[in-house]
This record gives sequence, C-alpha cells and structure tokens, in this order.
Amino acid sequence: MKQQLLNIDAEAKKALEGINTAAELEEIRIKYLGKKGELTAILKQMGSLSSEERPIIGQLANKIRASIEDAISKKDSELKESGLKEKLISEALDVTLPGKKQVLGHKHPLTLVLDEIKEMFLGMGFDIVRGPEVETDYYNFEALNIPKDHPARDTQDTFYITENILLRTQTSPVQIRTMEQKKPPIRVISPGRVYRSDALDATHSPVFHQIEGLVVDKGVTMADLKGTLEMFAKKLYGEDSVVRFRPHHFPFTEPSAEVDVMCFNCHGKGCSLCKGEGWIEILGAGMVHPKVLSICGIDPDEYSGFAFGMGLERLVMRRYQIDDLRMFFENDMKFLSQF
Amino acid sequence: MKLSVKWLNDYVSIKPDNRQFSEALTMSGSKVEGFEIEGEEITNVVVGKILKIEKHPDADKLVVCQVDVNKGEPIQIVTGATNVFEGALVPVALDGSTLPQGIKIKKGKLRGVESCGMLCSIKELGVTLGDFPYAIEDGIFIIEEDCQIGEDIHSAIGIDDTVFDFEITSNRPDCLSVLGLSREVAATYNLPLNIKYPEVKGCGGDINELLKVEILNSELCPRYSAKIVKNVKVGPSPRWLRERLRSSGVRPINNLVDITNFVMLEYGQPMHAFDLRYINGGKISVRNAVKGESITTLDGIERPLSEEMLVIADEKAPVAVAGVMGGEFSGIMEDTNTVVFESAVFLGSSVRKTAKKLGMRTEASARFEKDLDRQNTLPALLRACELVEMLGAGEVVDGIIDVDYTDKTPKKIHLDCNFINRFLGISLTDAEIISYLERAGFKVEGEDVIVPSFRTDIEHKADLSEEVARFYGYNNIPSTTIRGIAKASLSDRQKFDKKVHETMRACGLSEIMTYSFVSPKIFDKLCVPENSPLRNPIVISNPLGEDTGIMRTTSLASMLDTVSRNYNNRNLNVSLYEIASIYINKGEDTLPDEKDILTLGMYGANVDFYVLKGVIEALLEKLNIKGASFKTVSDDSMYHPGRCAALVINGEQIGVFGEVHPTVLGNFEIDTKVYAATICMDALFSLEDNDIKYKPLPKYPAVSRDLALICDTSVTSGEIEEIIKASAPKIIESVSLFDIYQGKQIAEGKKSLAYNISMRALDRTLTTEEADNAVNKILKNLEKSNIVLR
Repeated sequence: MKQQLLNIDAEAKKALEGINTAAELEEIRIKYLGKKGELTAILKQMGSLSSEERPIIGQLANKIRASIEDAISKKDSELKESGLKEKLISEALDVTLPGKKQVLGHKHPLTLVLDEIKEMFLGMGFDIVRGPEVETDYYNFEALNIPKDHPARDTQDTFYITENILLRTQTSPVQIRTMEQKKPPIRVISPGRVYRSDALDATHSPVFHQIEGLVVDKGVTMADLKGTLEMFAKKLYGEDSVVRFRPHHFPFTEPSAEVDVMCFNCHGKGCSLCKGEGWIEILGAGMVHPKVLSICGIDPDEYSGFAFGMGLERLVMRRYQIDDLRMFFENDMKFLSQF
Repeated sequence: MKLSVKWLNDYVSIKPDNRQFSEALTMSGSKVEGFEIEGEEITNVVVGKILKIEKHPDADKLVVCQVDVNKGEPIQIVTGATNVFEGALVPVALDGSTLPQGIKIKKGKLRGVESCGMLCSIKELGVTLGDFPYAIEDGIFIIEEDCQIGEDIHSAIGIDDTVFDFEITSNRPDCLSVLGLSREVAATYNLPLNIKYPEVKGCGGDINELLKVEILNSELCPRYSAKIVKNVKVGPSPRWLRERLRSSGVRPINNLVDITNFVMLEYGQPMHAFDLRYINGGKISVRNAVKGESITTLDGIERPLSEEMLVIADEKAPVAVAGVMGGEFSGIMEDTNTVVFESAVFLGSSVRKTAKKLGMRTEASARFEKDLDRQNTLPALLRACELVEMLGAGEVVDGIIDVDYTDKTPKKIHLDCNFINRFLGISLTDAEIISYLERAGFKVEGEDVIVPSFRTDIEHKADLSEEVARFYGYNNIPSTTIRGIAKASLSDRQKFDKKVHETMRACGLSEIMTYSFVSPKIFDKLCVPENSPLRNPIVISNPLGEDTGIMRTTSLASMLDTVSRNYNNRNLNVSLYEIASIYINKGEDTLPDEKDILTLGMYGANVDFYVLKGVIEALLEKLNIKGASFKTVSDDSMYHPGRCAALVINGEQIGVFGEVHPTVLGNFEIDTKVYAATICMDALFSLEDNDIKYKPLPKYPAVSRDLALICDTSVTSGEIEEIIKASAPKIIESVSLFDIYQGKQIAEGKKSLAYNISMRALDRTLTTEEADNAVNKILKNLEKSNIVLR
C-alpha cells in the first residue's frame, strides 16, 4: 500500500507537468484527490491494515495528499499567472490613437488678463468696484474737472444719449462715485467697459475696457504713486522690466504722468513694436487734482491721493501677440479655444 | 507742433543731439513724437555752373553740358531738360550721390555719351514751388540763391534744418508756438532765453483817424488790438521766412499772409489781416451775431450764424467769425492797399462751440479754444509790423488800437514749499524749489509765486508742484509704498460672479464678449412683438452707424450674431456664454437700469434641449439653489413654442431657455438648431445659498422601486415627479426618469414614462411594507390625474 501511495504521488506530479489549462488541472485534482479519486480509493482500504501499519500509512497518505494539493495549487497559480499575462498582452492598445475629446470652456483672453490684474491689485489691498456704463455728463466730465466746451473733451469722442446722459468714455466716474460714497482711506480699482466713437479697425473699437485705480488717504504722495505703479508694472511685465514716468496732462490729476515700460522687444533701441521710441506707454496716472477731491467732499488739505488708468485691449494684444483688436469681439471658437 | 532748430536758435543758443534732445524735452513734459532731418536722404549733391551746352550727337532731345563743380576739370552731364542755359547755377547730383526716395545716381552712358551725374529738378530734391516760387516744376532747378559753385546743396538752398514734432497737451496752448517751446527748451537745459521786444519805426499818421473798434461783448472778447499798414506791396516772402513756414508745415502764399502765419507760429497768437476797403464805415464792432445773419467765409461757403456766435462786423454786416475764419472779402488781394492787422483774444469755450457748430475747425480756432494769453496781443501785433518793415511789405501807420478789458493783475499763488515736498514725496530746500519755479518762468516775491500771463493753466499749488516735479525730474522722485495696511477681498457678488463663470466653463462653455450697443433691427430679427417693452431702448444720439444705434435691451441678439458667425465660419460644435449688461430704459434724463444677464448659446452634434437644461441645472446645483421648477413657455416669439421653458424659483421667473425659433434662426442666417438661455444674474445672486451645513452620510440602506407609468402625451414629467414626491415626502430621496416610450405597444395619444424611486429613512432600515405603502399611495395619487401603472 505504501508503494501504491508513492506511485500515486509520482504519477500525479508527472501528470501535472504536462498540462496547460485550468480544465486539465481540475481533471487531475478529481482523478487523484476527488471523492472517487485514487487517493480516496486507497484510503478506503485502510481498514484492512494492522493497527501498527495504520498510523504510518495514514500519515504517509496525508503527507502525499498535502504534497499533491500543494503541487496543484502551485500549478494553478502558474496557470493563472501565464493566463493573465496572455490576457494583458492580447489587450494591448495603440497608445498613439487620439484621446477622447473633453469639452473645456475657455476664458475670454480679456478676462484672462483682467483676472490676473485683479489678483495683483487685490494682493496690494485694492478692492474692486464697478459703476454704470451709461453715465451722466457730471460724473464722466464735470466732476473730473472737464467742464462743458473744454478742449480735453476732444480727445474722448463721446456717444451721447441726451445732452446730459452719455456712454462713459472712461471708468473714472466710478472713482467719483466711490469718493462720494466712501470715506478715506480708499484703495480701489474699477475695471469696466468704456465707449468712444472710434470706428472699428485693427487697433480701435468703439467699445473697450479700462482698468482705473484710486488711492486716497492722509499723506499719499507722488512717490507712493511711483512705487505702486512700478510694483504693478514689474508684476505684469517681469521683475527686470524698466519703467519710466513722463510728465503729461489729464484734467483730473496734477501732476500727471504717463508711464512707459522699456520695450521688451528691443530693450529701448527702438523697433516696430514700440514705433521706434524704445518705450511702450502702458498707463496714465497722476495725483488726484485737489479740485476733484473737493468736488467729492474730501478735504484736499487733509487728504491726497493718486489715480491711474490703463486700457486692457492693447495690453492683451501685446501679451498674446494678437494683431487685430476685432478678434476680441468676433468670438470665433478657433480664436477663443486658444486661451 | 513742429519746431525748427534754426528758428529755436533765434531764442535759445543750442546745438541739440537729436535723440538726447527728444528724451530731455519728453521728460520735462513736452513730448517729442519724432524729428525730421531735412534733406537727410540727399548726399553728394552740389551747386554747379553750366559752362557749355552742346547737342547730343545721337539724340535730338538730349544735350551735353560741361558743368563746373569746383573740383578741377568741369564734369560732363547729359540732360533732357530744355530750361538749362550756359551760366546757370544748378543742383548737380555727382557720381555716387543719393536723392530722396532712395534714388542713387551713378556715372553712366546716355546714348553712347558719358554722363557723370545728374542735374536735379526741385521735385528730385524733395522741395516744392512754395519753397522756391521762381523755379519751375518740370525742368532743372535754376538756383537763384546766393551760393558758391561746389557748395553742398543743403546749405546752398537751405535744406539743412532739423524739425522736431511735439505732442502738446490741451493745457499748454502757449507751447503751440516757437516762443513757448523755446521757453521750455531754455528751462529744460537751464539756458538763457533771448527775447527781444519787437520794434516798429512807423511812418507817421494816426490809426485812430482810419479805424474805430468797439467791443460789445467783453466776456467773449476781452481784448482787441489792431494796427494799420498802408501802401502794402504784395509779393513773395524772402527765403528765410519761407523756410520757417515750410519747417512748420505751412505753405507760403505772399508776404502779408505769410507774416500773419509766421507770427501765429512764433508767438502762438492767431492774427487776421483785413483789407480796410471792405470795412464799411471804418468801424469794427465785436458783437454777437444777430438772428438771421449769415456770412460767406473765405472758403466761399455761406454759413448761417446764430445769436451766441461772436462776429467781427463793420457797420453793415459780419466780416469774420471771431477766432474761427474771416469773411470772403476780408483777406489780402493783389490790389490791396491798406491792411488792418487784428490781434485779439476770444473766450475759448465760445470759439469752440462756434467752430463746432459751423463745422469748421481752423488753425486759429484750435488755438483760441484753449484760452490764450491775454497779454500776448500787443507783442504779436508789433512783431507783425516789425516784419512788415523788415520785408518792406508796407508802411506802418503810427498809433495802436487796443480795446482792453483784461485784468492785468498777475495771478498769485501762495508758495507752500512744505506742501510741494509732501505732495511729491521729496525733500527739497525752499531755494531749490524757487529755482525750479524761476526756471519755468515764474517769479517768486516773498511768499507769493507770480504766474506769468502765458501760463493760463496754473491755478493751484498742485500745479506748482508739477512745475517743480517736471524740472526736478519725475524719475528722480523716489518710489515708496503706500503707508497703512489695506485688506481687500472680493465682495460676495464678485465671488458669485466668479462661481458662475467657473461653472459655465466647467460645463464646457466658452466666454464671449459682445458690444453693448446693437442695431434697432434686432427686434424684428428676434420677432419681438410690436408692443414689447424691449422695443423701447436707450437710443444713442450720435451713433457710429445704425448697426450700433441703441443700447441692447436683450442679450440674445448678440449671442445669436456670435453663433451665426461661428456657424458660418464652419465651427462644428459651439457652446458659448456671456455675462454682460442689458440696459432698461427708465425714461429721459434718468440713467437706465443696467442688469447683468447670463446668456447661453449652443449648437452641434451633442447638443439638445436637455443638454442646455443640464447646464442650467448644474449651475443651480453649484449655487445651491433649491426648488427650481421649469414651466412650459409656448408664447415667447424668440423660441420654439414647444421647446421653451421658464426657469421659475419661488414663484418668480428668473430666466428663459429653449430651442431658438426657426424663423429667428433664419433671420440670423443659421441653418442648424440652436439652444439658448437668458438668466438674470441679480436673481441668481439673491437666491444663491452659501450656508452649507454638513449632513451625515446615510447609515441605513435605501429601498429602490421602479415604476413604469402610462399617461396622456400632454402630461409633463415635471407634473408626475411633483405628484410622486408629494406622496411620501418624508422618505422619498430621489425620483429619476430612466425611460420614455411612445409607440405601437401603447395606445395612441399615450406615452410611457419609467421612474426609479429611491426611498430611505434616516433613523432606521425601511421595511418592505413601508416601501409598498408608499408606492401604493403614489399610484393612488397618480391615478387621480389619469396616470396609471403600465
């Protein structure tokens, strides 16, 4: 019987070597270990053994069963592993095929840059305010020290609704409204749409966007204006950008300045981008005219302030090298999806 | 404003380096826009004298000239011109010379005869008949100037000036003059300014016997000065004067006209010259026009005048529109004998209004409207007379008329050095501040700063601080950070706006920006009913064109225009949104209501009504707005009557959406289905709920039941869902539609809708019995509305 058991063991193990499928493995398991299997058949004859032999053979039989079970399970994992391998190989993909398109919405490029600028000024302690686009002559001009029939009105061709109501030509009226409503300290920017009767072409649009800023407090100086705008220009154009302040005239600021950044294309030598000047004008600014403070009920002997403003479209055009302003308002998907 | 370096040197001795000069003047406040070096492109062109002219052996139309250019042997040049003669002085472009427009001249052979250069016409030198009235246009320039043989052409004919072009801001009309800019140059470089008061000899007589002047409106004309010149000799001006005018871009006409233009450019004071013959009664009245009056101006156009316009009139009629343009017969004519020079000041705003109303802005009006120096009339007038005598253009009658209502007390501003330092953020000594002010032309007397009369823009100590800053240098002012701490954050509304933007983009929509003004035709294009309040927009009184004539009362047209452009540009799948204002008319002289509207527009293969609705639902979910219901809208003319819904929250309609009406789409030239929505941002903002509280995750399982129902096709899913939810509100967690069927297997006029109903109790596991009871109740309630189990 002992020999029979050893034979079964050897046979089973030999049989295992030659198989390749899970079904064959199961066949072997049933043949040797099943209820009607060979090992069970032998164990059934145990009753005929002597009491000395029984434990020895029993032990051997259990050992052989464990050994066969072990071999089967080993074979089983081998088969599974190679099966998985095969399956994975058969599932291989062409990774160079295109991905499935996910539809993403795009920010308008003007919003993209405006949001960036808003973040910068929020970080510098400026709140964001807005005001009406259809404005009174008073807020758009008179309160800004531009009386009726003042030549400064020529530079801002205005759309009128009635004699006293117009489409704002600048976001400055928001500054007046802010000063009327809020006591200093004031630190705000007012981005928004403005209107001038310029025919639409590659560099002009009757609707465009401005971002203006206003600071009013005790002891605000022109040096503060310079520091603030230099910080902004460096954030926008890079730490190594060179900024200059050039005297100019705006009726609502005194002294007034235009702010130039050294042309990042030619570094001041003069090129087509900066029209040979070496500098690119980016901002208008100045100390709020004491008259304007008085008009808004702020005592100019106690408070001073500065204001600045810039056009958004030109800035965005330079940023993305867009050569035609009309693209902003045509909203072609092929354009929008680039941002 | 153009400034010739030659002219500048009459007042300031300076040889500027062009770039450095541009930079310096720009940084002291007079922005240089560019400069032009006259004759820059001309090289190697000299004065030559034609010694001998012979016929060309092989060409009838050519001649061979021997020209002395003071370089040893004469050179041989072949020309086709017919106006040359032996002994003539001519411009000779030598071998290897260059001319304007990049023309290069090289030695060569013309019909076999060697030609060592070219004789030039005035055009080839880039000058005009105005500059050299004695020359001819088609022929060689026969030089009549005082020059040397072999002399470089630049100096020989005076094309050796450099002209700077300045941008002058509207507050500095004084800088619209050579004198004004010379002052700025002197101040910038701290150089002396050599101004000589004009001297007039006179020829006797008395102006008062020839002319009377009265001002009837001294507010609009505070000063009127005049001189008379008799026995005038009209003729061309000398070269130096013509050169000055040319450098300023003014065409020379004749000596008297040129003198008035010269003085305007030099002193910034517009002048007018009247022929005394045409001043009826020898009396000038400066008065308002009378109703019904008109004038034919110098340009031959008859212009009706209105009563607020100021005119210069003789006894009978207006002879000039004050400060704008003279009348037809007021100018200088060939037979003019006696001339009245007018040098006056008019109120800027009045000139501006008049010029605008008459539609004629002239060089004079552009200056007057900026309010000129009221003390400049006499110096300018005398300068003109000085030039008359210098040019021998006539005899200046003694005496002067000067009707003067101006206040001659100089403006004084208290000198507050502390303020200036504080305002600018610098610390200069009082002496430094005073020296900068004096450089700029101010006088300081004790504690007062005396403002020169030409600085009409200076009124306040802030103005003085700008003067100090200009010459101290803006870029020498330090850069400091604002004191005090300021905290800033987005307002609730701004955060809300941002969230809406983000949600739209997350849903795959791209942002657009469109114009706020539209064409009034959009109402017809959108099929808006005649009586709709939308048709009462704010109208722009001076639009660029009809297409941009009104402020939009609906944002849909702008969206559809954009969709149409995309569709016609063959973009296949397009989903867009815009957040922008519409403008609701609140009546004349009242500002409109500006309402922000969220506008959606989409088309393409994967888009339908329910995709659009899904976007709106996603937005409501993101904003945590509950209780939205969607009501069928069948009477909105912009939308498909069967595919349009109103977004209703708490009984209030806050938006409309659906498939755009095919007629409207046709009007916008769109040949595909477009889904659009307009939603009021203010309403969304007021409904937004940011008060989010965590709810524990459910501990007990949900019971799920599916119901397939049959109802009339007119019944909406919304109604069914409402009935289901109301039947067991405590335990129904969600109701979701998963199938719709309409067809052969059910009766005509009926449809089948299948729902999954999820039920859950928060405190226990729901029993089967409870769930069954709920379903029974649902079915019972549905039955009341003729909705039955399939």
